[in-house]
Amino acid sequence: MSAVLIIAEHAHGRLNPSTAKCVSCAQALAADGGSGIDIAVLAADAATVAAQAAALQGIRRVLTVERPENAEALAAVLAPQIVALAPAYTHVLGPSTTFGKDLMPRVAALLGVSQISDIMTVQSVRRFLRPIYASNVVVMVEATGRIVVATVRTASFQPAASVTGAAVPIEAAKLQVALPTHTRFVSRSQVDAARPDLQTAARVVSGGRALASADNFQILYRLADALGAAVGASRAAVDAGYVPNDLQVGQTGKIIAPELYLALGISGAIQHLTGIKDARTIVAINKDGEAPIFEVADIGLVGDLFQLVPELEALIRARTKAKGLP
Amino acid sequence: MMSGVKRILVGIKRVIDFSVRVRVKPDGSGVVTDGVKMSINPFDEIALEEALRIRERGLADEIIAVGIGPAEAQQQLRTALAMGADRAVLVQIEQPLEPLAIAQVLFKLVQQHEPQLVILGKQAIDDDNGQTGQMLAALWDRPQATFASRLELDGAKARVTREVDAGLETIEVDLPAVVTTDLRLNEPRYVKLPDIMKAKKKPLELTTPAALGVTLPAASVHTLKFEPPPVRARGVRVASVAELVAALEQRGVL
Repeated sequence: MSAVLIIAEHAHGRLNPSTAKCVSCAQALAADGGSGIDIAVLAADAATVAAQAAALQGIRRVLTVERPENAEALAAVLAPQIVALAPAYTHVLGPSTTFGKDLMPRVAALLGVSQISDIMTVQSVRRFLRPIYASNVVVMVEATGRIVVATVRTASFQPAASVTGAAVPIEAAKLQVALPTHTRFVSRSQVDAARPDLQTAARVVSGGRALASADNFQILYRLADALGAAVGASRAAVDAGYVPNDLQVGQTGKIIAPELYLALGISGAIQHLTGIKDARTIVAINKDGEAPIFEVADIGLVGDLFQLVPELEALIRARTKAKGLP
Repeated sequence: MMSGVKRILVGIKRVIDFSVRVRVKPDGSGVVTDGVKMSINPFDEIALEEALRIRERGLADEIIAVGIGPAEAQQQLRTALAMGADRAVLVQIEQPLEPLAIAQVLFKLVQQHEPQLVILGKQAIDDDNGQTGQMLAALWDRPQATFASRLELDGAKARVTREVDAGLETIEVDLPAVVTTDLRLNEPRYVKLPDIMKAKKKPLELTTPAALGVTLPAASVHTLKFEPPPVRARGVRVASVAELVAALEQRGVL
């Protein structure tokens, strides 16, 4: 029987949806005879996040580790605390987000094992599928160390449901761990709160080099607003300076799995396709009917995006109005 | 203790070039590498470029490019020397090593060379593990600054801006430290022909894990099978925006 510890990702008192996806992965581990799934919340003040974690379906309990040093998620500070919790578990999981990618390998090294990066599928408690070569190859790997440390590819798992009123116990863990002071948080840039977060949005509108300027991206922002979508971009558009890099979708940017992905003026380089493979519906609008993006698009429309995108926006707005939707 | 010379150690991995469409061998034992173009891992090129810029600002004296891999990896180290690294070390090993073993070899080199900074790519574009830098920092018990898009040295400290999912985060770390590079950190320079000639005279040391005194750990992750990814079903073409909206409604995504 496996015992799984999930490291919660959170910020500003909110549990990141990636944690609920780790719970789904952990439940797949439990399929061969049941397992205990615990969530660890490391924070300066853990109560709000712990309550959200405790509502996730399928878990056994929430462990809180409260220290002022845990106010910001610094891997060098968090890792030794997780190592102190680890002996009670067969698996330690974190999300394959920048939070988990930063933290979990440090945990794994301290525990003397390599990490399984980006679990896509759980085949057994020690066998997993994971992507390599930018998802152009899938490998089956087997972990043989004394503990499995892994990151969970969030695009591959549905979030576990939250249940109200059925919360599990929340226990404070008391750890005697000396923490390093060699790494200090300085600042974080403001995120655009007006739009959904690209990593977790249900709808994403992305633009490519064909937009031809930063100004032209405005037609895309207007369509995104009409759809309630996040905005993304290809690496080519980022490299051309049209949008900042945190909007980049692809192998070297964000790997996302929205319900609806609109690729506008994106030719579809392998590295971009890697980032959108798990989207449920992919729509491509491009003037080049031979562009590789059409090989993966569920719905393709060949034409001039400067004409078609405003048309689409108008139609979406008219439809929303007709249906009395907000 | 740190020596008087300010040194930067940079990791250089030999990988299949990013532009190659990688194919799985029919028997699922690996990917096709025969006749395939090999290059420096793009994130490692960025790591080396950053080290070169730090040296050009007078903040480092020596840059050592380190490779761990087969004899052929000397080609990529020669390219690193042509870009401007002062010397190179290849820790020769034929079979692929997992990240923890790579980190242990790097740690040994760190103990030997006492760099003030180790700059590595955030991941290699072949196995996409993204573990080595963090693991080296853990074994070394030093700071890590991963996914760096800006790096400023200030005496015994470094200020690093990191590309995180929510935007940008800035941290301050004491040196020595491990930094891993993201794409926006810089744009690597092109190698010029005279530099390639000059690089032939620069020292490239060959060693092995055993010669370094590293006992490699037992593998903890075994790759059993390689497969091509699942393919998406072919989609439909529509002729107008109205048809597009209708198709989206039919799929229940609007």
